[in-house]
Amino acid sequence: MQASTSTVWQWLSEIPDPEIPVLSLTDLGVIRDVCWQEGTLVVTVTPTYSGCPATAVISLDIETKLRSCGIDNLRLDQKLSPPWTTDWLSEAGRQKLKDYGIAPPVTGTRSTAAGGRIARLAGKETFSVACPRCGAHDTEKISQFGSTPCKAAYRCRACLEPFDYFKCH
Amino acid sequence: MAETNDKIANDMLLEWLLRRGDTALVLGHRVSEWCGHAPALEEDIALANIALDLIGQARMWLSLAGEVEGAGRSENELAYLRDAWDFRNLLLAEQPNGDFGRTLMRQFLIDAFQAKLLQALETSQDHRVAAIAAKAGKETAYHLDRSADLVIRLGDGTPESHRRMQDALERLWPYAGEMFVSDAVDAAMAQAGLAPDPATLRPLWQETIDAVFSEAGLTPPASDFAHTGGLTGRHTEHLGNMLTEMQFLQRAYPGAVW
Repeated sequence: MQASTSTVWQWLSEIPDPEIPVLSLTDLGVIRDVCWQEGTLVVTVTPTYSGCPATAVISLDIETKLRSCGIDNLRLDQKLSPPWTTDWLSEAGRQKLKDYGIAPPVTGTRSTAAGGRIARLAGKETFSVACPRCGAHDTEKISQFGSTPCKAAYRCRACLEPFDYFKCH
Repeated sequence: MAETNDKIANDMLLEWLLRRGDTALVLGHRVSEWCGHAPALEEDIALANIALDLIGQARMWLSLAGEVEGAGRSENELAYLRDAWDFRNLLLAEQPNGDFGRTLMRQFLIDAFQAKLLQALETSQDHRVAAIAAKAGKETAYHLDRSADLVIRLGDGTPESHRRMQDALERLWPYAGEMFVSDAVDAAMAQAGLAPDPATLRPLWQETIDAVFSEAGLTPPASDFAHTGGLTGRHTEHLGNMLTEMQFLQRAYPGAVW
């Protein structure tokens, strides 16, 4: 008997992201579709960043998980378009990130190349990131790129702790 | 006749895709050479992340190039088993890192171009090209944000950092013009609605760099002399040396996998 696609989605929601294990793959929004095609389960996955080393691990983890759930006929399709966006992060995922000590993305602040720079030239940052530890908004960016491509390195001026910010993408 | 025209169009697309893929690959490898050597931990991590993005973009372009070529060559074979004369990257991308300032200047000049190019490619008639451009464009926006920011901070920093940034600009400037030189490949791509004529991107690029250089207190040389040849396989001596390092493993152990 074929597992229903809702059951498969449930299984997929139990797979942790290899880089940020508090998030599941479904929280992250990288699973774009699940369907059966003539007896083959087709899972469509999109990469977060094109060079993210976690992409290969994610595919392997999906395959391992679904095979252990008894799926024999399985195909993983890569889909580039539309490109992954942090808008697809689930609400639950955002909360989990915060609890884990990573500031979730501030919606609508995606870099449009000139946007952020021009705002800074005018002497103002366009948005503030709340410290995930103490909640203060008095924070500063240390580097546009943090421990993974999807994060920036920040520092809180109130509690003085450094933290990761999951960039809007 | 129609078949011959299709073949020509396909060859043009392949050539153009190699230009995109090789520029991303060569620049990505150059940036990765900083891993473990950058002046500060944050910069080391940022450079490694940018190198990863670029190598990821190279994989997308080269996979598509392999598909278009139809000879069964994968992204890996294209990256590791071609010699310098088969590479189609910009000469600017292969220039050695120099000091941190020169690496940043090279990155900024290319980022400012790529941002405009990728934006234009989002409406390419080839949906595969448009999909890669949309993906890569989002990443490039962050690269440009960072490189522009640092060019300003170092150009407008200490007398020493200013001197180094001005020196980097003067040294790299003669390689920048190649980005906007159009040839038959570009004409064919523009004609088919697949990609913009690069010459049309120059004013947009100029706008970005003028704003940043004026803030950074840097002055580009007056001469617009441009070294060319990278896009047709005539490279500076630096590419061969870089490939010796980059391709060592596949050359020494052909077909090695892990």
